Amino acid sequence: MKKLRYAGVLTAVALALTGCGGEKIGSQPQPSAGKECGTFNLTVSPWVGYEANAAVVAYVATKDLGCKVVKKNLKEEIAWQGFSTGEVDVNLENWGHEDLKKKYITTDKVAVEAGSTGVKGVIGWYVPPWMAAKYPDITDWKNLNKYAALFKTSESGGKGQLLDGDPSYVTNDEALVKNLALNYKVVQSGSETALIQAFRDAEKNKRPLLAYFYEPQWFFNEVKLVKINLPAYKAGCDAVPAKIACDYPPYDLDKIVSKKFADSGSPAYDLVKNFQWTNEDQNAVARMIAVDKLTPDQAAEKWVKDNQPKVNAWLGK
Amino acid sequence: MAAVTSDMEVEVRRPRRSVVVGVLLVVWVAAYFVLRGIDTLVLGGQETTPLHRWLTEHRDDVGQGNVFFDAIRIAVDHFVVLLQNVISQPSFDRPVPVIGWLGVVATSAYCAWAFGNWKVAVLTAAGLGFVGLQGLWQESMDTLALTVAAVLLSLLIAIPLGIWAGLSNRAFRVATLVLDLMQTLPTFVYLAPLTLFFAIGPAAATIATLIYAAPPAVRLTAHAIRSVPPESVEAARSLGSTRGQTLLKVLLPMSRSTVVVGINQTIMAALSMVTVAALIDAPGLGQTVLKALQTLDVGVAFNAGLAIVVIAIVLDRVTTAAGDRPWRTASVRRKVLLGAGALAVLVAVWFSRTYVWAADFPSDVNVGSRIAVVASDVTDWVQNVFGGFTYGLRDAVTIGLLNPLEGLLTGSPWWLVSAVVVALAAVLGGWRGAVPAAVCLLLLVATGVWQDSMVTLASTLLATVVVVAVGLALGVWAGRNRRVDTWIRPVLDAGQTMPPFVYLVPFLALFGTSRFTAIAAAVVFAVPVTTKIVADGIRAVPVATVEAANSVGSSAWQVISKVQLPVARRAITLAINQGLIYVLSMVVVGGLVGAGALGYDVAAGFAQSELYGKGLAAGLAIVLLGVMLDRITQAAARRTQDFQSRGDKR
Repeated sequence: MKKLRYAGVLTAVALALTGCGGEKIGSQPQPSAGKECGTFNLTVSPWVGYEANAAVVAYVATKDLGCKVVKKNLKEEIAWQGFSTGEVDVNLENWGHEDLKKKYITTDKVAVEAGSTGVKGVIGWYVPPWMAAKYPDITDWKNLNKYAALFKTSESGGKGQLLDGDPSYVTNDEALVKNLALNYKVVQSGSETALIQAFRDAEKNKRPLLAYFYEPQWFFNEVKLVKINLPAYKAGCDAVPAKIACDYPPYDLDKIVSKKFADSGSPAYDLVKNFQWTNEDQNAVARMIAVDKLTPDQAAEKWVKDNQPKVNAWLGK
Repeated sequence: MAAVTSDMEVEVRRPRRSVVVGVLLVVWVAAYFVLRGIDTLVLGGQETTPLHRWLTEHRDDVGQGNVFFDAIRIAVDHFVVLLQNVISQPSFDRPVPVIGWLGVVATSAYCAWAFGNWKVAVLTAAGLGFVGLQGLWQESMDTLALTVAAVLLSLLIAIPLGIWAGLSNRAFRVATLVLDLMQTLPTFVYLAPLTLFFAIGPAAATIATLIYAAPPAVRLTAHAIRSVPPESVEAARSLGSTRGQTLLKVLLPMSRSTVVVGINQTIMAALSMVTVAALIDAPGLGQTVLKALQTLDVGVAFNAGLAIVVIAIVLDRVTTAAGDRPWRTASVRRKVLLGAGALAVLVAVWFSRTYVWAADFPSDVNVGSRIAVVASDVTDWVQNVFGGFTYGLRDAVTIGLLNPLEGLLTGSPWWLVSAVVVALAAVLGGWRGAVPAAVCLLLLVATGVWQDSMVTLASTLLATVVVVAVGLALGVWAGRNRRVDTWIRPVLDAGQTMPPFVYLVPFLALFGTSRFTAIAAAVVFAVPVTTKIVADGIRAVPVATVEAANSVGSSAWQVISKVQLPVARRAITLAINQGLIYVLSMVVVGGLVGAGALGYDVAAGFAQSELYGKGLAAGLAIVLLGVMLDRITQAAARRTQDFQSRGDKR
């Protein structure tokens, strides 16, 4: 006990000696917060592509407009809910969700559309590249039955397995399998994590895999998945969910903002409204975040430096 | 002797229970081959029933703009934000929190020392220092603030409720039902609606955590009070104690160690919610885990998960030490030391308010990135080495056990399954088992997700059997051997608090997306709690009893099977019950790795508004499964007990 006390005293003295030499809190100049722009709440949906959008918009808003951006990590559904409770002002990348648009924009009038993000979303069935190389005709849906036996797993009950992903997306896969008379069973992987891990494993160990996937997605930087050509999409071919026998429609991803924010006259609203870029831009930033492990802010800074003209266009300069 | 006589007695009256059960199962299998595919109540992935659609439409009806909920929200929000301001977030116009890292470490270690002992104080300082070195100081403090808030609020509600349930039989029955509901109803079911009541932010996250974390404390408090020998209570009564005196002087002190186990479990449960709560923007380590998993960065996710485990271990050890500390007034010497310590803490706090180095955790030494790299490497190595073998294991178990069981449950008509289950419940547990089973089964049919429930039931049964087997073995081992207990505890704590999301990725790599993966994850999550309760029960067996058995020359196996297990029967029943409930609480996580069925339905309901009703129905189905299995096991345990005590009397 005595030794312990000495040790304590010694430590305290040592701390005091080293400590008093240190820098004092408040001696650094405080960054001045912008006044006119104010604060807005930006939802960040749980995928890296979205994070890239959020990073760049938040960076520009903070740096050039002096806004304070509060990022909130939310699932899409909750973010929509946030428009009505006032907790969310901006959603930068919305994937369809016609039902939610109807509820929150048309019925409740708490949110408004703010134009396209410029990013094109693609949904479909994919196989790992090694399969496309080994079985070149697999990319035509008509040949899928020929290969069904390859895709058998412990979960698929003797048929080929079609792995579905994140429950956030509406899938037509069960109807597609039925209406295209495919000898496959839809198996729910249940999450994007599971799906990506399955593809990573399939490519590495040359295991067969057919699964639902989508672009833009940072994972394409790692493995270039190959899309299966389903019967081409024509307007209206997906009108009756149970009768669908065609590919998914191309998605034009768009921005949604709260009514309150749209009416506030904040320069940040104009920025959000003008913000538009391409799949390549988004992938570049997403790659910096996911693969090069930059923080969102660093990634945004780097991209903005190389793409100043685009940023100027958003700012109306 | 007891077991033998009871068996004989039963045999005279009617055929043995095991024979009846066997006959029932054979009849079921035979009937299955005849009736296969009839009335199986299949419902496709995107299909819904009128009930589901009705639930979807009425989702927003409750609670919006309610003054009562607003008051709770504001109070809880303020409490959490206050804690955050103090230890984690820049506050009061300063670029740093009120107390910097040095102050937090000093204060925590001091409290650990004052309430526990110097060993846990050192552990506290080391633990907090470690999370700082991991480069996760601020995130950890956010998590700590949220956890402390949720746990304190939980205990505020749970301990009085537990005492009440311990004293009153009626309250106990109601409480058990409600607790089953709170623990098995998947968090995902109420996470989204909670944000409607309490808005997005700390309040909703805290309350979601509270709902999940409070039950163990209630349950174990009630269990503790009920386990106090009636002789002690009688003695106190006969000496003229009032009810209040009996409670304060006899019941509570005698049940303290079990109540502390309850508090531990509450802390663990609260920490295991950290990642889930991050889905509604709860600040802290959960965010780091989720962010890392978006890019499948197991290393970074593991690093953050490890910080959660370290915090859990520190909190657990400090509470345990505080629970073990005998009630007595401190000596003068200790008082002086405590005073000196308090002074040192004040100095440390002052430092942390004045100097940058003591406020922001120094980032020069960052072991976090190294831990991340090592964790990634180890995962890769395990995946490469065991990859082939694990797929074989998965296929063997799936084809040999899971598929037949699932086929039997899903392929039989619903009325056949129901009849068999009710009959089994009646044989095993009498009417106490049969009536709840019948009610639960009918309600299951009403939820419209019968087939998915049967798929989930098959996996749950398999997982629970494994959990109980492993938990009993480990629990007996740890209960009989202090040293084993010391070594095994951190591993158990890790299993319980390491966010399942962290080990899901390696599991996915090892087993692919499958029901087996979900079972493996559930086993990892549920074994610790079963083991801990069994170990606690075995240790509570009076030393004299064990000594007596040893002195008549019983072998270790005889002591375990004839003395320790029977005496600890109550704890073992509780352990099985908790194991089952923890397995069920992982159903949704299982849905995220390919288990499909109810877990997937719930997750989909959380993500897609038009499926909300179905998700809620699936959530309720999980609860119904939980209540049904719980009632049957409880009734069966009670019946075995009755037979044995009757045998003893003869």
